[in-house]
Amino acid sequence: MTVLLAAALTLVALAGTAVVATNLPERQAVSLSFLGLALTVLFVALQAPGVALSQLGVGTAIVPLMVMLAIRTINARHARQQAADQQDEQDGGPEDGQSGKSAGGAET
Amino acid sequence: MNVYAYFVAAWLMLAGGYGIVRSRNMVHAVVSLSVCQAGTYVLLLAVGYQRGALAPVFGSTVKPSKDVVDPVVQAMTLTDIVVSATVTALLLALAVQVNKRQGTVDPDDLTALKG
Amino acid sequence: MSRGVRLLVFLVGGGCVAAMFAVAFFRMPAFGGTAHLYRDLAVRATLAHKTANAVGSVNFDQRGIDTLGEETILLASVIGAAVLLRPSEEEAELRPRRPGRVMPSTKLLGYALLPVTLLVGLDVVLHGQVTPGGGFQGGVVIATGLHLLYVAGSYPALDRMRPLEAFDIGEVAGATAFGGVGLAGIVAAGSFLANVIGRGTFGQLVSAGTVPVLNGAVGLEVGCGMVVLLAHFLQQDIIIAAKTEAAASGGTAGERSGSDDEPAERDEES
Repeated sequence: MTVLLAAALTLVALAGTAVVATNLPERQAVSLSFLGLALTVLFVALQAPGVALSQLGVGTAIVPLMVMLAIRTINARHARQQAADQQDEQDGGPEDGQSGKSAGGAET
Repeated sequence: MNVYAYFVAAWLMLAGGYGIVRSRNMVHAVVSLSVCQAGTYVLLLAVGYQRGALAPVFGSTVKPSKDVVDPVVQAMTLTDIVVSATVTALLLALAVQVNKRQGTVDPDDLTALKG
Repeated sequence: MSRGVRLLVFLVGGGCVAAMFAVAFFRMPAFGGTAHLYRDLAVRATLAHKTANAVGSVNFDQRGIDTLGEETILLASVIGAAVLLRPSEEEAELRPRRPGRVMPSTKLLGYALLPVTLLVGLDVVLHGQVTPGGGFQGGVVIATGLHLLYVAGSYPALDRMRPLEAFDIGEVAGATAFGGVGLAGIVAAGSFLANVIGRGTFGQLVSAGTVPVLNGAVGLEVGCGMVVLLAHFLQQDIIIAAKTEAAASGGTAGERSGSDDEPAERDEES
């Protein structure tokens, strides 16, 4: 077990723990990307270049992008729902382009 | 030290499971599932590793007579990565759709089966 | 089941699983040992089929049927995501907003790296039998590279470069080609996915029989499939909105409630 392998394994374990411990899904996309990078380094150290390339493309680029897009869609809908509820409470105020909508979206 | 790699894989799997159990947001649960799947990649590749062996791609540097690591587990891990990515995509699409219908993605609020 | 009970059940179950793992790991062959029976058999078969990339040989030649299953899973999941993310009756499509300000350095890097990335992806697909890589890896690189256009430019630019119908057809064509090569194996040699093309020279571009053809088919399918998948997620985020919302903003490229940051300025890894 070389030092490089031990370090790579420890980094992967820490990155995995960080992803699970992050509560906000917006931030999880970034730490998931970091886990993908750590896994890529580990796979190269384990003499698996094809697997490392695949993990880099999928786990570092595509899956975090999909997670971010899903979270933005969900948060945007929640913000619209909240705004609609607030408007219903306010006895039909005049509707303009930006009627006090809260920016509940992607806070990073 | 001989089993450290295996224990890292087991740690990732159990940490992912813990994340799924304790999550308050379906997207968080899906990402924790990804961590759990990463544990399986590490276990597969650790099983196939040989100290001092090279990557299983023969060419000018790796002559066919040299020792290489196991290509079968690497092929299995490649399939594993593809399937994980597609399952994650489908689960995220499900989460978006559930949010459209029920207005929430908190698993604790989604207990009833609605039409 | 309340959260506390769920946690307790997990701790008990997880503890038992961890104990079983520990027992199993100490009885497994040591990490980094020399006894790998499947490795010896697989490498012998790889060299007999004149393939330089042993992982590609296992994936497409020795266990091609498993890769066919994996590509079918990919196809089915892209179809499933497309069905789940299509606009429902109470949703309409907005015209996308004007793109936000993109930094000049991002634009330069994005536009400069776009053809480079596409070429690298194509190279990885075509050389799958001699270098690490292959159809799946190259397909993912191509799909991600195409979205550099979205990072450096704007969503309408990406939309123009990416006719979704063509990519849908490309994905199915790739999957069908895989099955077609398998059937050709039946016709020529009597077994599905038999390696029927001439083996070529070890280490050259033309080698390993059907492996480069299958690499190309998988590269086409994965590249198109990932682009379609990302397209549906992007559409959900950028274009689709509730009909009331579309009416409120007059159907023009107006403000949308929710996040204020522009998609073009979003940080992406690619």
